[in-house]
Amino acid sequence: MTLQADLAAGLAAKQSSVADYAGRILQPLFLPLAAVVAGMIVFSGFLLLVGKSPIDFYMIVYKAGFGTSFSWANTLARAAPLLLAALCVALPARLGLVVIGGEGAIVLGGVAAGTVGMMVPGLPGVLGILAMAIAASVTGAIWIGGIGALRHYRGVNETISSLLLAYIAIALMNHLVEGPLRDPASLNKPSTVPLPEAYRIGEIPGIGVHWGLAVGIVACILCWVLIERTTWGFAARIVGGNIRAAQVQGLPAGLLMIGFTALGGVFAGLAGMFEVAAVHGSANASLAAGYGYTGILIAFLARHNGLAVIPAAILFAGFEASSGLVQRRLGLPDATIVVFEGMIFIAILLSDALQDKIDFRTLFRIRGRS
Amino acid sequence: MKVPPQDNRIPDRALAVSTHGMTMRFANFYALRDASITIAAGSFHVLLGENGAGKSTLVKCMMGFYRPTSGQISIDGQEVDIPDPRAAHELGLGMVYQHFTLVPSLTAAENLVISRADAPARIDWKTEREGLAAFMEKMPFKVPLGIPVGRLAAGEKQKLELLKQLYLGRRFLILDEPTSVLTPAEADELLGMVRGLTEAGELTCLMISHKFREVTAFADEVSVLRRGEHVGGGKVSDLSTSEMAAMMIGDKELVRPAARLPFIGKPVLEMAGAKAPDRSGLKTIEIDGLAVKSGEVVGIAGVSGNGQMELMELLTGQRPLEKGAIRVKGAAYRASREEARRFNVRYLPEEPLKNACAPKMTVAENIYFRDFDFLGGKTQFWLDGRRMKQEAGRLVGEYKVKTASLNAPIASLSGGNVQRAVLAREFTGAVDLLVIANPCFGLDFSAVAEIRARIMAARNAGAAVLLISEDLDEILELSDRILVMSDGHIAYETPAEGADIGEIGRHMAGHH
Repeated sequence: MTLQADLAAGLAAKQSSVADYAGRILQPLFLPLAAVVAGMIVFSGFLLLVGKSPIDFYMIVYKAGFGTSFSWANTLARAAPLLLAALCVALPARLGLVVIGGEGAIVLGGVAAGTVGMMVPGLPGVLGILAMAIAASVTGAIWIGGIGALRHYRGVNETISSLLLAYIAIALMNHLVEGPLRDPASLNKPSTVPLPEAYRIGEIPGIGVHWGLAVGIVACILCWVLIERTTWGFAARIVGGNIRAAQVQGLPAGLLMIGFTALGGVFAGLAGMFEVAAVHGSANASLAAGYGYTGILIAFLARHNGLAVIPAAILFAGFEASSGLVQRRLGLPDATIVVFEGMIFIAILLSDALQDKIDFRTLFRIRGRS
Repeated sequence: MKVPPQDNRIPDRALAVSTHGMTMRFANFYALRDASITIAAGSFHVLLGENGAGKSTLVKCMMGFYRPTSGQISIDGQEVDIPDPRAAHELGLGMVYQHFTLVPSLTAAENLVISRADAPARIDWKTEREGLAAFMEKMPFKVPLGIPVGRLAAGEKQKLELLKQLYLGRRFLILDEPTSVLTPAEADELLGMVRGLTEAGELTCLMISHKFREVTAFADEVSVLRRGEHVGGGKVSDLSTSEMAAMMIGDKELVRPAARLPFIGKPVLEMAGAKAPDRSGLKTIEIDGLAVKSGEVVGIAGVSGNGQMELMELLTGQRPLEKGAIRVKGAAYRASREEARRFNVRYLPEEPLKNACAPKMTVAENIYFRDFDFLGGKTQFWLDGRRMKQEAGRLVGEYKVKTASLNAPIASLSGGNVQRAVLAREFTGAVDLLVIANPCFGLDFSAVAEIRARIMAARNAGAAVLLISEDLDEILELSDRILVMSDGHIAYETPAEGADIGEIGRHMAGHH
């Protein structure tokens, strides 16, 4: 009897290690990819309804996003803020917090950078850029970290508060840029004073994309290392996995929540800084371009894994880069890409609900454990 | 042979219900064994028993939630078949649960009308209101019908639950600890009403209760279950509370205390003048003069909901103290990770999957929760995945945790194996203070024996053990000293050796 049980256990262990491996490798990849495909299929139906060819649409998206070196440069330039914005969602999500207001930190981070450029214009370039980066980071950290603190100390739902605070941030930005911080010379588009040339961030040599992309990619890798390879990340995952267990282990759940939301805010603030220093040259209403919201989609598609954020951000950057060509070639409105992304997002959320129902390990395992 | 009732209508008087040889087996565990209970028409009958004695199983069989393995039910002497709750309702059987089943945003009137099985798709409110008014006329008590139920007090809500059953024409009512969410005054009022209805012959009532006070004040008859068996009962007027407690608890002399080394150490855990609000915020938990010495198991007995979980939360730092202090080895203790590590304090909360594990994280990760940030006297920044695998592999073998692999999510393990994994995590290394709540709840016999042996081994190695448990057998088997918790404070203390079971039972029941 015990011998039989031992044999059965040994056999089960062998099968299950294969099953485990398959489960661990395939499952995280399969569902998000299936969700993207499902979103594309549903959107095809939408295109057919308005009398457009889905094949044309996807060909154009491919061409405009990934078809030529020029389109790659365009896509990667858009990917830079998306990478950072997605981290602002992915980091808190590992602690079980759904923060969807990264847009607010981007906008205010941009304003902070623009203000530094305006107030202390005389520094050497590197120091100036560093000062802007610090100002943007601190602003973002306070904005999103404050959301984590509200959640911890007052029990305020972080999803709602972050979303509402994003509207407040945009209003604040408009007030500052049109009022106290306005450059009198900016007539039809209220902006801060243009940054001194030394404070502008240039391109990475050879690929025609600004340095924000490199910073974004490095940030994604660092976040992955932080979450997966450090004890702080492990503690954060315990809090996200079961806050009661974390408390019984004596882990400082509140501090971790505030720290990780603040770090997410740092990245969102930096995204705003790069938009100002590398793209627009001054802070203005163009900061509220929706990168913070697209970041939510990317983080969910990447299942809040820092490394997976990189390809997901590039994919969505490509979609957004194709918006202009879709309008011109197919005569579709500019909201088309937003609708397309929305459908993919719904499919991703549905796949999340299915995640626990479809267990790849069961596909490889013989039923009937003793 | 099953004979359906000749008349489909429910009679308008109290029903007599009896069970014959009711048995419910789950795999090889008998939750209920050959229980035959007769409840006379118009009587107020109480079902007594400890946690896990089979009370809920019996009423769930009667209400058609479970299909009994064997046994029959008869109503007014006729054998009936109850395949599902709907069939029970059609026969006039109803149940009031411990927690409310009303829709809080709807008014009492709306709740009553929608609860009817024949509620029409379009409700004619004028007729319904007239019907309700006529119904309320006949009732001995009133509930405001026009305001949302969410705004009613707990006692009013429970009255409405009772009214709902009467409105639906139920003539045999099961009350599952109906007073656990009520104040004593509200409880007396509600039970007085039930008593009135049974005396009038309108209703038969079977109530599950732990509270002897309610039994002696309101009930006619009592049946006692122990370990799934009907062990006795009779007229309440013929029985004393100590006799009832003795039946409930059984011959505890048979439970031999586990082998132990004689040991008298220094106090490790002390609580003095500790005060905090309970979960409901209505009552206060007060613990004074609790001390646990090294090499001693102090068992805290009590009926669930008397402040034991709050005590656990105080000790784990999940509930702030209003007053007083918790001291470990003489120093103030706030349950931070650093303090728990310095003083070698370990916790085994109840329901380990819910309170001590992250269900979706792997077995190896869960076993690593205590050690991941500390090695050789220093806090660590980098997570050592190799050390995690090695430790988990070793401990899984040592504690015989049955798992498909170290990378399986811990939620995929059986309850006993989850608890073994948590034990492996918490019992490794030096343990000076062990705080445990219901460690064996819901586990099978082999896991129970093993877990209790591990706790005794920790005690014999010099740990101070505080064991909070609703299982009196467990307390008697493991403890050196027994405290009884009742109504948020420690009501009784006795050495385990020569403890008077009747006395413990009376204090558990809040009956001094």
